[in-house]
Amino acid sequence: MDTMSPIERALRAVALTLVVVFFMFPIFWIFLMSFQTNETILSIPPSIVFSPTLSNYAALITGKLQTAAGTLDIAFMRNLGNSIFLSVTSVAVALVLGVPAAYAFARHKFKGSEDIAFTLLSFRFAPPLLVLLPLTQYFQWLGLSNTYFGLIWVYQLICLPLILWIVRGYFEDISADVEYAYRIAGHSWFATFRKIALPLAGPGIAAAGLLAFIFAWNNFVFALVLASADKQPVTVGALAFITSSGIQYGQIASAIVLSVTPTLALALYAQRYLVEGLSLGAVKG
Amino acid sequence: MTDTALLIRDVDKFYGPVDYGVHAVKKLNMDVRKGEIIALLGSSGCGKTSTLRMIAGFEAVSRGTISLGGREVQTFAPVRRNVAMAFEGYSLYPPLTVRENIAFALKASKLSQGVVDEKVASIAKLLEIEDILGRYPSSISGGQQQRASLGRALIRDANLHLLDEPMGQLEPQLRAVLRGRIKHYIKERGLTAILVTHDQTEANALADRIAVMEGGVLQQFDTPQKIKERPANLFTGTFVGEPPMNVFEASVTGSEAKVSFGLKDGVRLEYPASDFSHAVRDALVKRQKVVLGIRPYAVRRSADGVAGRVAVNQWLGDQTHIAADFAGGTMVLVEHDRTELAVGQPIGIRLDPSSLHVFDGESGKAISHGVELA
Repeated sequence: MDTMSPIERALRAVALTLVVVFFMFPIFWIFLMSFQTNETILSIPPSIVFSPTLSNYAALITGKLQTAAGTLDIAFMRNLGNSIFLSVTSVAVALVLGVPAAYAFARHKFKGSEDIAFTLLSFRFAPPLLVLLPLTQYFQWLGLSNTYFGLIWVYQLICLPLILWIVRGYFEDISADVEYAYRIAGHSWFATFRKIALPLAGPGIAAAGLLAFIFAWNNFVFALVLASADKQPVTVGALAFITSSGIQYGQIASAIVLSVTPTLALALYAQRYLVEGLSLGAVKG
Repeated sequence: MTDTALLIRDVDKFYGPVDYGVHAVKKLNMDVRKGEIIALLGSSGCGKTSTLRMIAGFEAVSRGTISLGGREVQTFAPVRRNVAMAFEGYSLYPPLTVRENIAFALKASKLSQGVVDEKVASIAKLLEIEDILGRYPSSISGGQQQRASLGRALIRDANLHLLDEPMGQLEPQLRAVLRGRIKHYIKERGLTAILVTHDQTEANALADRIAVMEGGVLQQFDTPQKIKERPANLFTGTFVGEPPMNVFEASVTGSEAKVSFGLKDGVRLEYPASDFSHAVRDALVKRQKVVLGIRPYAVRRSADGVAGRVAVNQWLGDQTHIAADFAGGTMVLVEHDRTELAVGQPIGIRLDPSSLHVFDGESGKAISHGVELA
């Protein structure tokens, strides 16, 4: 790296800038849109010079959507709350179930262990729509449709395999001898799991948790079919902006900004921890 | 019974299903007395590490019993066996400093902080790691990690100390110094230790008794001297000793007057019958095929010896290694002085009957060592 010539360095910088602009521009544009009215958004040619307005955000937060046809009630803030509650709880449940399971799969080869692990992974193979119809029927019989409990349960199809397989890999990377060394010093296997395996796999667990959170947050079909308005997350709630009197681009943009914020905040927070954890775990037995 | 630290009885280890999986340890029997240092010596995959891990409790015992201090422990979790272990891969805890790693081993013993500090300081001095006590495992060398790991095992007051290749990563000079210090440390405290090694110098230097293993079978379990002088079979004979023992297949014929070994290429070694005891003579002539073994430093040159031809002559700075074509094979000689022998030069080779090891041609079991029956 140090041997790069100034020209190489400049070219590198240009290439990196191009990539960043390519990926970041849509998000930047949406950010700008969220401060504009529908009229300025749809003006041709588009301009980045406009007088910013907070009306989109105000409409979302108060829940009153002004359209040409009159005032509409929208439940965006409630949707946002649902999203946070569903994603956080689903990931929490998946971590509680998945991390010990991942440890078991990584450390103990028992009869059928590979088959069970593979079955859990196979939940991710089938398109969600395929399982949705039977699932809807079952949920209606069981009285689980339109409940948070039912949704969180279904969300395990998304979160659990992800956490299980990622965390399992991290546990397998920890030398078993480090755990043996701890056990032989007079500790039970549970203490070893808690004090050695969990902290060493910490970055992996954080990464898997973050990924599972993003997948859960972005889920659309399960919530669309299995929940009614008051339990729906933002992904489904955003449909409300397609109204009879037109598509509310400004509000959609500000809704996107608001719904990206929690994931972004979590990612930024977890990133610090990920880097720190990775440098700690740099020793391999 | 009270002075027996470890008792292994008929232990089998299978990886995979019992009787069908890989048979890593076969019907192992061993007794270790309190205060002894035992070396498990063998090449990779001989079952020595499996044995160690079964004693520690990290591998299940497929069959048989292991007793520590008179208690059968083969079903106990490691935590209940009170053994200490130094791992081949060091296995230090990455988030802890070297000092914390070593002190950690004492956590369960509930000693006061002062005593712990004192013990850590003394073991660190012994292993020459005082200057890295504050460092993290990721920032020190392999040799330093190995010493830290060794310190973590030795600091404990356990029934049994298991050391898996404890000095493999150390520089030769340091290794020689530490061997002496560690042996002294173990003996002074009356600890019992089992070390696994493939380095016979280490085994000879540290151990009171050596267990030679091969193919999952304990070949011989005896003092270093006995193993060298009276190897129980062809494997032990050729495995222990550097350079390795010279071996030649031979047929035996005997009469009242002499014992004669027929080697390849028509080479005959004849000895007066009086060179061997009656028992040895009887045992030898009963066999058709035997294997003759002789250690390189016991081979002599003499003008009236059997003819050989120099193939290699190497001066190693303190000794000469001569390899000679002899009886269809190679005979290695070790001499202490520098010798001027050109390659291709004929030499006479004399094998003293008192240095001959004779093994059964089929089973490899030792028949005689020198003039005595094995």
